[in-house]
Amino acid sequence: MEVDHPRAHRRACLKITLCLLTVWFTISFGAGILLRDWLDIHAPKVGGAPFGFWMAQQGAIIGFVLILIVFACLMNRLDRKHGYSEER
Amino acid sequence: MSQDTLNFIFIGLSFALYITIAVRSRAASTKEYYTAGGGVSPFANGMATAADWMSAATFISMAGTVAISGYDASRFLMGWTGGFVLLTVLMVPYLRKFGKATVPDFIGDRYYSKFARGVAVVCAIFICMTYIMGQMRGVGVVFSQLFGISIPFGVIIGAAIVFAYAGLGGMKGITYTQVAQYCVMAFAYTIPAIYIAMALTGNVIPQLGLIGNFTMSEPVLPFLEKLNNINSELGFQEYTSGQMSTINMFCITAALMCGTAGLPHVIVRFFTVKNVRSVRRSAAWTLSFIAVIYLTAPAIGAFSRVNLIEKLNGTAYSDAPAWFYDFEATGQMAWVDKNGDGVIQYCGPAKSEAGTFSVFQSKAPIYPSYDAPENQRIGMHGERLLASKADDSNPNELWFGNDIMVMANPYMAGLPMWVIALLMAGCIAAALSTAAGLLLVLSTSISHDLMKKIIKPDLSDREEVNYARIASFVALAVAAYFGINPPSAFIAKTVAFAFGLAASSFFPTLLIGIFSKKMNRVGAISGMLVGISFTIGYIVYFQFLGGHSEQLLWGITPEGIGFVGMLLNFIVAFTVKAFTGDAPQHVQDMVTEIHIPSGAGQAHNHDFEI
Repeated sequence: MEVDHPRAHRRACLKITLCLLTVWFTISFGAGILLRDWLDIHAPKVGGAPFGFWMAQQGAIIGFVLILIVFACLMNRLDRKHGYSEER
Repeated sequence: MSQDTLNFIFIGLSFALYITIAVRSRAASTKEYYTAGGGVSPFANGMATAADWMSAATFISMAGTVAISGYDASRFLMGWTGGFVLLTVLMVPYLRKFGKATVPDFIGDRYYSKFARGVAVVCAIFICMTYIMGQMRGVGVVFSQLFGISIPFGVIIGAAIVFAYAGLGGMKGITYTQVAQYCVMAFAYTIPAIYIAMALTGNVIPQLGLIGNFTMSEPVLPFLEKLNNINSELGFQEYTSGQMSTINMFCITAALMCGTAGLPHVIVRFFTVKNVRSVRRSAAWTLSFIAVIYLTAPAIGAFSRVNLIEKLNGTAYSDAPAWFYDFEATGQMAWVDKNGDGVIQYCGPAKSEAGTFSVFQSKAPIYPSYDAPENQRIGMHGERLLASKADDSNPNELWFGNDIMVMANPYMAGLPMWVIALLMAGCIAAALSTAAGLLLVLSTSISHDLMKKIIKPDLSDREEVNYARIASFVALAVAAYFGINPPSAFIAKTVAFAFGLAASSFFPTLLIGIFSKKMNRVGAISGMLVGISFTIGYIVYFQFLGGHSEQLLWGITPEGIGFVGMLLNFIVAFTVKAFTGDAPQHVQDMVTEIHIPSGAGQAHNHDFEI
């Protein structure tokens, strides 16, 4: 495999980063703060908790963990694809 | 066996474990001292970072903050976890690739300037100092609880232990000790929560209990509804609805998140693993371990609020549970019998015309001295009297510090003695692990970045280590002083300021340094200076010079101003850069290089000449 595609790697890496940051913003600032009042009334309750409240106290944190797991998997795969992986 | 004996056994055992680990894995070289030799596994590093992250403030007062402010406390929950997303996707893989021992190192090299390095060092010291103050306060609270002494004595004992402990192992020793400390902490935090969840909601998992039904007494209804009812009955805001403005909430959360991503002592943790790939995996582990505790905190907060109110409100002082007298004795709870009926009444701002619910007129309770006549110290029902004047504008009689919620929780729920002992050990683990990590960064900043790289480049190894020791001693002494006289009422608040500073200085400067090839030193330095002086100025004005809340910028409290400081930093940096040209070519090449993830191992090794 060709080893030298820093530009392609960098672009793909930025794409992953921006996508994940969009999710990050939506679940925390979006659902937990900005749209909370609307979600509390209109979205289905999570058990006994209003949706926005639950997102702010529990949902967002669970989401963050998932984001990081996805990030680690995607990025490490990307590195392998471009020949930057150090585990051979 | 008495509770005290059991506490000492648990704490003694945990100490024996930490010391064994610290001695067995103590640093053999300076490289191991600073970054554990760069060979820690992602899993172990994740656990250690989580322990480092879980400060005494988080452990002790976060659940209490949630209990008191309900939804509003989500800013801490989201802020202190969401920051790891920023940290992981934007910062640490690149900084790890760059391969220097400290954050000021990166700033100094990237912006090819001693002055930039100097500013970064000052910021790092400032941030760590603010942060460590909160830790010392936390240690004081734990020890005062444990030995039944006053908080100042607790702080001093804690400082002595931390100093003795942090000098032992360096980063390597600290890392492996923190793994053990995380385990103690996680059990100590979750086991009481499980017990209480079972008692209140019949659910084994606290997080499910929070969204489940309240089943302890009739009528059975959703737990949060029960809590809302209690709150409104007593004249408090509904638990699930906040009273903070959306913009303030947004800014504080953003400042905490960006601050997290710019905290030097967290960034440094990721320099201890082998390569960039391990950094990413380690970050995922870290946040998973942190989430275990952060997801439990809201449940503990909600449960303990119900417990506290059910146990104390409307109870005659003479019938109050025994733990209440203990907390009263240590000055963490207080009762002022305003209406003279001998019954404890707890109620919120909606129950008085003045809209207040403060029990007395001072910020914290002030007690008469011990040699005062007995009728000034002990009231007619046997309660401990205050020297502070009662606030008669409202009927609320019960005061308790945020800090005690977690500590009081197992007592309130009547949990077995060993659970309480475990909790004590957990609190101490939390305080020790964070304080040790911070102290290491603080002393490294002074000895490595300040003395070696700026003031005296010809410093020998031995002298550098000596400077590190002196620095940590002085730092601890200052931190202990502020731990005894905290500039802000609650631990979590004091710590929040460190985040404001990190958000307005390190986060934007590092981010630009990594993602903008052409940013030059003048731009970066002016951005940093403007950001941090604006943030410090704002905080000092409102916190120490008595600024009024009407003067707040768009209603943003000092906790959230770091976010505005960060935006200012970006704006100033790019504006100045537009007039002063690009960074030199070799710096641009260096930035290109850090985006290529392989080869971090080599870049890492040769820099540790110390």
